[in-house]
Amino acid sequence: MLNTGTMKRFRRHGHESQRDKHKQDLYQFNKTVEHGFPHQPSSLGYSPSLQLMAIGTRSGAIKLYGAPGVEFMGLHDENTAVTQVHFLPNQVELVTLLEDNSLHMWTLRAHNSTSELLEIGRFTLSGPPGAPPSVTRVTAVLAHSSGELLLLGTEGGHVFVVEVPGFRELEENNISMEDVQSRVPEDYVGRRNLECVEALHENPLNPRQVLIGYSRGLMVLWDLDRQRPVQHFLGTQQLESVWWMEDGGNILSSHSDGSYCQWTVTGEDPQTEPEKQETPYGAFPCKAISKVIQLPSKQGPPFLIFSGGMPRASYGDRHCISVIKSKTHEALDFTSRIIDFFIIREGENQTGEPSALVVLVEEELVVVDLQTEGWPVIQTPYLVPLHCSAITCSHHVSSIPLKLWERVQAAGAHQNTHYSTKPWPINGGQNLAPDPPQRDLLLTGTAGVFHTDADPNDNMNQGSEGEWPPFRKVGCFDPYSDDPRLGIQKIHLCKYSGYLTVAGTAGQILVLELNDEAAEQMVEATVVDLLQGQEGFRWKGQARLDVREEPVLFPPGFQPFAMVQCQPPAVVTAITLHSEWKLVAFGTSHGFGLYDYHQRNNILVKCTLNPSDQMALEGPLSRVKSIKKSLRQSFRRIRRSRVSMRKHHTNNAAKLQEINARLEAEALQEMELAPVQRKIEARSSDDSFTGLVRTLYFADTFVSDGTHSTPSLWAGTNGGAVFAFVLRIPPQERRAEDPLSAQAAKEIQLMHRAPVVGLVVLDGKGAPLPEPLEVAHDLARSPEMHGSHHLLVVSEEQLKMFTLPKVSSKSKLKLTAVDGSRVRRVGVAWFGSKTDEQLESSLVVLTNQGELHVISLPSIKMLVHYPCIRKEDVSGIASCVFTKYGQGFYLISPSEFERFSLSTRWVVEARCLVEPPLQMRPKNPSSPVWRDQSDGVATEHRNFNKESGGFESSPNQVMEHALLNDERVLQEIQKSLEGEQMTFLENNLKTTPKAGNVLSNGD
Amino acid sequence: MNKNHRAPSNRTLSAVEVKSKFGAEFRRFSLDRSKPGRFDEFYGLLQHVHRIPNVDLLVGYADVHGDLLPINNDDNYHKAITVAAPLLRLFLQRKEEADYSAFGTDTVTRKKTPAALAAVLLRPDATKKKAPIIISLPKDFRPVSSIIDVDILPETHRRVRLYKHGQEKPLGFYIRDGSSVRVTPQGLEKVPGIFISRMVPGGLAESTGLLAVNDEVLEVNGIEVSGKSLDQVTDMMIANSHNLIITVKPANQRNNVVRNSGGAATSGSSGRSSDSNTSFYGFSIPGSMAMAPSHIIQNYEADEESEDEEDLVLEPDGGAKSLLESGAAARSTASSSMPALPRYESHLELRHANGTVASSSSTGSLNAHTRRNLEEDGTVITL
Repeated sequence: MLNTGTMKRFRRHGHESQRDKHKQDLYQFNKTVEHGFPHQPSSLGYSPSLQLMAIGTRSGAIKLYGAPGVEFMGLHDENTAVTQVHFLPNQVELVTLLEDNSLHMWTLRAHNSTSELLEIGRFTLSGPPGAPPSVTRVTAVLAHSSGELLLLGTEGGHVFVVEVPGFRELEENNISMEDVQSRVPEDYVGRRNLECVEALHENPLNPRQVLIGYSRGLMVLWDLDRQRPVQHFLGTQQLESVWWMEDGGNILSSHSDGSYCQWTVTGEDPQTEPEKQETPYGAFPCKAISKVIQLPSKQGPPFLIFSGGMPRASYGDRHCISVIKSKTHEALDFTSRIIDFFIIREGENQTGEPSALVVLVEEELVVVDLQTEGWPVIQTPYLVPLHCSAITCSHHVSSIPLKLWERVQAAGAHQNTHYSTKPWPINGGQNLAPDPPQRDLLLTGTAGVFHTDADPNDNMNQGSEGEWPPFRKVGCFDPYSDDPRLGIQKIHLCKYSGYLTVAGTAGQILVLELNDEAAEQMVEATVVDLLQGQEGFRWKGQARLDVREEPVLFPPGFQPFAMVQCQPPAVVTAITLHSEWKLVAFGTSHGFGLYDYHQRNNILVKCTLNPSDQMALEGPLSRVKSIKKSLRQSFRRIRRSRVSMRKHHTNNAAKLQEINARLEAEALQEMELAPVQRKIEARSSDDSFTGLVRTLYFADTFVSDGTHSTPSLWAGTNGGAVFAFVLRIPPQERRAEDPLSAQAAKEIQLMHRAPVVGLVVLDGKGAPLPEPLEVAHDLARSPEMHGSHHLLVVSEEQLKMFTLPKVSSKSKLKLTAVDGSRVRRVGVAWFGSKTDEQLESSLVVLTNQGELHVISLPSIKMLVHYPCIRKEDVSGIASCVFTKYGQGFYLISPSEFERFSLSTRWVVEARCLVEPPLQMRPKNPSSPVWRDQSDGVATEHRNFNKESGGFESSPNQVMEHALLNDERVLQEIQKSLEGEQMTFLENNLKTTPKAGNVLSNGD
Repeated sequence: MNKNHRAPSNRTLSAVEVKSKFGAEFRRFSLDRSKPGRFDEFYGLLQHVHRIPNVDLLVGYADVHGDLLPINNDDNYHKAITVAAPLLRLFLQRKEEADYSAFGTDTVTRKKTPAALAAVLLRPDATKKKAPIIISLPKDFRPVSSIIDVDILPETHRRVRLYKHGQEKPLGFYIRDGSSVRVTPQGLEKVPGIFISRMVPGGLAESTGLLAVNDEVLEVNGIEVSGKSLDQVTDMMIANSHNLIITVKPANQRNNVVRNSGGAATSGSSGRSSDSNTSFYGFSIPGSMAMAPSHIIQNYEADEESEDEEDLVLEPDGGAKSLLESGAAARSTASSSMPALPRYESHLELRHANGTVASSSSTGSLNAHTRRNLEEDGTVITL
């Protein structure tokens, strides 16, 4: 008796632990890497010895980049802006200054043959008791070349000397303002108040001498050993920056009136007049030159590079860096604010010829090749400004076949001829991550179009005649859309056939084909009336786009060949492409249609509109937004901008915090006064937008009888309705002539009327049907046509399994009724353990609470769930896409994708090593670390790397951002597609030190 | 649900057989189902066929559950016609002799068969008590709410079930965030809570009188709301809106149900309505069988599971082409003849599910399952 009892218990326990183990084998949650450009960068640093670049952001993140694939990330606990980043010369340490006046020491520590970015110390200057905070407010930092000293200039005009890395204050070495002031000549105008220390610079020849530049214009050459000034330079203009020329004999200073001065270091004291003073864009008042650099060049005159200095009245709003070499003079015109810039020089110690200018602007990183005629731009392998036009949708395609990959790359290369051929100049560190076994594409649709003039190609020859300053547009960030109707809403790419379909805001659907040759063709539009003659409605929304009547020349790449225009031209809300059947289905808030792109005609139109739904009839979705909501939003915006405006005054951190706190308190109070209310009301067929088509799905399944499967189209609407149509498609040989037909077969109205967000048909074995052409390419087993198929309808509230062909409910999972979360995103993914070849399919669901659920198929039971995105981050949740192998992406800022993985088998992680410069550093195999992507084997997912030594095999993930706007701008798509080609974004991984490795499942 | 019901009946014969009983006399005639006409015409017709032109009548009919329900306006007349399957049994009484207590769902539990019903009606006058005060019958017979689980909940809490099913009236209330005070081992603690913030005039919630502004919401269909955001609770309520059960802590604690009712007398509408058997909510009409449970439901989770709404599946009829014909036809014949239709199953299941149906996952054996239930209950279904 006892025996059986224990046996039973034991057995049950054993069973459970087995199931748990199974879950652990298959699922784990990791946030792995970030792709894209850091949101709101605030500072830039570079280490010539490590060849690493550091970018600090306003949210307190610090990101290091070296060779493609070498990437580190750290986050300050303070979450305030990183105002300065300085590498300690010839060390692996770097110092960051935050807006709250704290200094932080970071180091790259090797661990298990990979490096990690770690914070090893923090420090805040403490002044004498009773001193005002300005005394210790750091404004300038000099990391001394000895690697042992940090000189900190402050707002009060003092210079503090601190020993690093331990942050020990060397009080006896401090240079107080009084020391300096007492020695300044009586008649010097700036004598009264030197103001803050604007710049600190070390003598390149004598490290014991530093130049201290004060805001009012005075510069003092100070001897650190003798603790006394060597020479005074009595500038009279507000100082912006100083630059000590390489020869050590000359100093450049830049000023707020747009001038720069050259001073000679003579040792004679004082020097009252500069050697040379120049206002490059002079005559009329100019804006400040915020930074000036001059570097010698073996061939002829030196490079003079400075930012700003534009004529205030006419070009005061431009963001420019001027590069002058002899008679060549260019004002590089950026589309966003310049954060900082630096020059990369050739040679082992980076002391040779200037080779590249690296500019960090607010929205992108631009690298200019200074050694090639015309100073072309070098394409960046990472930090791609994904958001160069706002991202409106994304579409992920796993395991791109090699052929398509190569063709896309070739088309991209073809279009990007204007880029420099120089290799990427920043190549510190080694990327140790194994080559990914598969190539994936992430396509993003954007809100607008690139202005063509933002493209370097077009402007290469512009501006040479007559224009002064000689502007040249660089960079591609341009958030302004010509016409919002061009915005891309939906993308679908068939990786086997190279057919791409994109749908836009004004009801336009384009079908594109990958073509290696340029072609001139006319794209005919088929107009489809989705209202189906419903009368008495007037569309008050946008007009449709005009269709070009004449043939258009399309460059190699994706070329449009068919177009559908929905009437009314409402935003396209769902799209799907079946390349085997050569059909495209599309839906708007009025209904859906089916287009045959082989015969170029429309086969089916179904109006889903509820006749009483005025809202959907009248116009775009934005009209629905309540006044209350928009008011609330605009208040928030104002408040935020007020805050960020104040943020610019770096001196008032304390005040700022106070203001923030007050605003927060106000907001809280406000909330308590007028509590948010929610109406409790059942959904009704009269609700707005019940006819909006949310999802479309093609399936070859048993729709009408249990013995013959037929092609079918399924559509789900916002009002919880599912429509099924049986398609009759002629055999292959008669495909071009015989007409196609579609017949209504089923209509399911879910009683709860929640929006249908996903439709999946499961085969006789309970596995989702494969994608079109997948079986033909032998990449998936053919679906099991014996045994009954099932239809899984995923609505926002529940998942429900129906039998086919006779539709009756079989099982369901009521998500919302249980925990109040609603399904936002759903995808089918394959999971497998690291050791087992066997893959099983599951459903991956993201809820409006930001939680990820894995749900078993076909039993629809919740397996594991992990919190992923903050529930307040609505745009993050909306932007999420899943890959077929249990990974996913979502936007963490307008410009960055976070990548996560739910799979134990497929994890993309950064693994890279940076070694200290003083030690013997193994040379990178080939310095330009352009790893050839396309020589990867065409792998299907089963060929994963099974190296077990801790290396995760990682599918190659390349982010593509494609902008498809109208036929005219299609070349832009290619351009951007190609933009990916060189980006090994997937290599562009970073270690996220705080990311937990394995989150145990909540079960 | 109503739609479900209309669907099969539309397919059946277009004529409705009527068997009308007045005193000891029977009259049989038929009506065109598609054109039933108005109630006053029908009333005239009855007077005509029974040849009692000047007698004021109270008209009642037996519905599918064997309940005696009144016909006194166009709506319930049409209802009676649509649900007649195909026989409509009428019972006429003289108004002055009418026994109002015969109407209602009480009749279901006690006397289930029409025969028993008739027995009530035929009760000898000698035993009849004094006629009750005549009040007009309510126009619309559906329960809108009930208080449930009185015996298992603390007296300070109230579990209210709102019947949204099959009616157009909006649920009609709003909820908000707030804070409430809880007693914990550490003492009093202020915790966030969800409260009813507003009632929509004329809405279901208001009309029940069981919910009020500032009542704290504790559970939604058995799931605690603590720790959930306002939006989550909103979504849960909407997801359950067809059969919403909310447990509240009423702001006004004076109307609470006192369980040992032998003692303290309860007053106020809520106290009375806790017993849905006797309340005026008790009337039930077919088509809203969700309201049929007339006992206190103790395990509504199970009930809720089986209670689930039926999705409406439409398949093309005659117009469909060969591809579809067989399937659709098979289905439509099935739906008109077999009582084991999905919608019927759920119907039966509903009525007898109280706590017995563990889950609906055992779909395969559903038929057998419901049939068994049926037998156990001994209910006779009039079809």
